[in-house]
Amino acid sequence: MKRLLALGAVVLTTAALAWAGAESTSAPKTGVAAKPVITKAVKGEQCVEDTEYMRRNHMDVLDHHRDKTVIEGVRTKKHSLKECINCHASETTGSVAKGKDDFCVSCHSYAAVKIDCFECHSTKPQASMAMHPMNAESAHYAHKMATQTNDKVSAEDMAGIAQ
Amino acid sequence: MSEDKSIENTPSSPERRRFVGLAASAAGLSLAPGIMLMEVAHGRPEEQAASSAVRWGMLVDATKCGTGCNDCVSACSTENGWTPVAESQHKNQAPQWIRKLELQDPLTQFETNLPMMCQHCADAPCVDVCPTGASFKRADGIVLVNRHTCIGCRYCMMACPYKARSLVHEPLNDTQKADVPRGMGCVESCTLCVQKIDRGDGTTACVEACTASGHNALLFGDMNDPESEISKRLRELPTKQVRADLNLNLGVRYHGI
Repeated sequence: MKRLLALGAVVLTTAALAWAGAESTSAPKTGVAAKPVITKAVKGEQCVEDTEYMRRNHMDVLDHHRDKTVIEGVRTKKHSLKECINCHASETTGSVAKGKDDFCVSCHSYAAVKIDCFECHSTKPQASMAMHPMNAESAHYAHKMATQTNDKVSAEDMAGIAQ
Repeated sequence: MSEDKSIENTPSSPERRRFVGLAASAAGLSLAPGIMLMEVAHGRPEEQAASSAVRWGMLVDATKCGTGCNDCVSACSTENGWTPVAESQHKNQAPQWIRKLELQDPLTQFETNLPMMCQHCADAPCVDVCPTGASFKRADGIVLVNRHTCIGCRYCMMACPYKARSLVHEPLNDTQKADVPRGMGCVESCTLCVQKIDRGDGTTACVEACTASGHNALLFGDMNDPESEISKRLRELPTKQVRADLNLNLGVRYHGI
């Protein structure tokens, strides 16, 4: 009888545990935020600094580089926000901050830290042909043609999005 | 000057020839005779800060500027990602980095065309009045707004005698170019295509467009280099600074106004 009870208890606890496990995978417990989704960079094998260092210090690294760039005109690729975006833009949204699981937003919403970068900076890598130095000379023609054929182009149309 | 003349007049000795050759190779890092590793004026290495040895400037020849031609304006808007005024919803407050002016003399009916933009003053009033230091002059003479410190107070807009600056009033919804960050609540103006200069293009979008259109009314270059095309033209042509009475020492000079 005792054995039977013990067996029953074991069965019950494993069942309960399994149920709890199933529950935790299907829906997160209340009061615990979902862990951020950290997608591996599309391009490149290794970040310009160690991952651990970047997780803790990326804001200082970016801050330092932004002053060098804006004030002194030093546009080296290492530590530049543009290069972060070029590597880390999501394959689905093409951006680092558009979707909720995109590289920057995912961690920042988990940590509840507001990012100001994308108030001004583009969240997408430089893709436009017009920006390429090879096409710089003819870049304005594309726009000229667009204005001639299309009478009204809204800001949303130009971006191809509506937030 | 007189010393230069006397040197020129003396027959060049082999010693002097050798010295000239040395000086030329030191100035331009020549790999082999005729092959230069980098250009002297604009091919600044990536990690080197902008230097005050250079002063970027522009010469506008108003006699060549085409009536009704808007190519410089549309090229600027394409390069820097601002919506052309005609296409924006609130035209009165739409940002505009460069605009075309058509002036007519009321007496003679003579018409003058010219582009007007930030004049990149050496003693810029916008820099003087900025309460946060966001409006600043870079070492190579380009007047810029550091958007990280701009609070959008628009004091610089009021101080500018050329109405060259605009405030971004509306959200841009990620329409910015990767090289040209812009944002709501910040003041902005012509940057002399600073992203292109730092890349080593040595020209601006408006100048490229003006040359492509065949008007050749715009010339960009280093005003500190006496051998640059712009310095040569400034020596030859009579030019004016707009509102020269303010003594601002402008980076943009006009011919034919």
